Amino acid sequence: MMLQALELAGQGFFGALWLPLWTIVKIMCIVLPIMGAVAYLTLAERKVIGYMQIRIGPNRVGYFGLLQPIADGLKLFMKEIIIPTGSSKFLFVFAPIMALAPALAAWAVMPFAEGVVLANVNAGLLYLLAMTSLGVYGIIIAGWASNSKYAFLGAVRSAAQIVSYEIAMGFALVTVLMVSQSMNLSDIVHGQQGNLGLLNWYVIPLFPMFLVYVISGVAETNRAPFDMAEGESEIVAGFHVEYSGMAFALFFLAEYANMILIAFLTSIMFLGGWLSPLPFLPDSFIWLLGKVSFILFLFLWFRATFPRYRYDQLMRLGWKVFIPITIIWVIVVAVWMQTSLWVW
Amino acid sequence: MNFETVVFYVFAALTVFAALRVITARNPVHAVLFLVLAFISSAGIWMLLEAEFLAITLVLVYVGAVMVLFLFVVMMLDINLARLREGFWSWLPFGATLAGLMVLEMIWVLGSYEVAEVDRVRTVVKHAADYSNTKELGRLIYTDYVYPFEIAAVLLLVAMVAAIALTLRRRKDAKSQVVSEQIAVQSKDRVRVVSMPSEPRS
Repeated sequence: MMLQALELAGQGFFGALWLPLWTIVKIMCIVLPIMGAVAYLTLAERKVIGYMQIRIGPNRVGYFGLLQPIADGLKLFMKEIIIPTGSSKFLFVFAPIMALAPALAAWAVMPFAEGVVLANVNAGLLYLLAMTSLGVYGIIIAGWASNSKYAFLGAVRSAAQIVSYEIAMGFALVTVLMVSQSMNLSDIVHGQQGNLGLLNWYVIPLFPMFLVYVISGVAETNRAPFDMAEGESEIVAGFHVEYSGMAFALFFLAEYANMILIAFLTSIMFLGGWLSPLPFLPDSFIWLLGKVSFILFLFLWFRATFPRYRYDQLMRLGWKVFIPITIIWVIVVAVWMQTSLWVW
Repeated sequence: MNFETVVFYVFAALTVFAALRVITARNPVHAVLFLVLAFISSAGIWMLLEAEFLAITLVLVYVGAVMVLFLFVVMMLDINLARLREGFWSWLPFGATLAGLMVLEMIWVLGSYEVAEVDRVRTVVKHAADYSNTKELGRLIYTDYVYPFEIAAVLLLVAMVAAIALTLRRRKDAKSQVVSEQIAVQSKDRVRVVSMPSEPRS
């Protein structure tokens, strides 16, 4: 009610300028919380991994280290950005922007609750796939523009890895498309609505795809155990070895924003988005947050648990395990949907 | 001039600029990045035509996958620009003739009576927001054009198999590991616990 009144008043006051202004306000309402979430995800990561390794983690800045992300951000902000000699200057500065921009642009089609979405487009899923596939440019350009062997090796590794795992991810999404018969993310969530709550979610018939999607998501975001692009014990820090200050911070932001994005997507496509797991409880944004937090916890848990893959093992997992599994499951689901045993 | 026209001209200008820079950029990596820009701005133009499926697929397939591999290869190559440039003038007449022929063909096709007639008759229909370009395209591909579509798919598969067969070299000295053996390994195969009496203190 209040929103409608605000819209009417705004249209009267600003005229044609209202639509762009109002859209910018909405974008800010999405981007600023993401930035906050990224900051506190870094703290959560350090705390969670700390406790898993029987340490305490940051606890000096603020209570329980709650101000640590702000201190870190401030420190990075104050540092000088060093541009290496012999680097391609424009591309060197452009690369972090290219890494962060797609990670944020992808949020445009994300539904947060019933009807709460910036752009409710029909090809939402395709748009997301396209945006996430652009993120690799930031890494490749950074690696090449730095004019450093380590950075270049990191970029090459990352390019091969992301292109490989994107295929498995794409096929996993194809099965979701098949069962939901829509590429609109809100409609995908609506398709999981039913009387049985949790049992109506796509994670039940598509469980192998859920696993493939989460693991490919970890690989896509270059997180441990798939962090070959960084591999600090092999190639120092990979593609961002030459970056300092805010330029480095942008890569960091992009990686964590992508993690949150993958967590949101997994929750929306497999875990019923904002729908409640028990039929008698009301649907709400809180459920979505809970599911996202669970997936993000998995990301941190993986990092604390598994050693890094060797590169050939990584490629084998992508090409010889995940892609065949996904292709077979696409066929299985296609046949299954034609029978009377399909109840989703 | 409405807003849409402005957007179209911006994208068109960007496409032409990027395409020109692809052939004039000195650095091959820059040239590939300009090609990426050209793809993205043409995707923008397709988006204006309400062909959102094609536009996004262009970004997804060409920008997100093909150009990444392209960039990957170009970055690894040691390209000698001086050698690349020699013989420019001697090849120029040949290239110019080819370019001229292509321009003529384009004028011939796009300027023909039929195309002009189609343009005149078919005004662009604006669709409602819930119109799904993807669904429409999928319906056409799998009903009316199913045979051409399948033939194209088979051709691509043959090309893929051929490309792999052509480049496959079985090196004798290449080292590789048998993954099933690695997985089947157990701790007693690798670790031997030796019990030793402690030596007396001297």
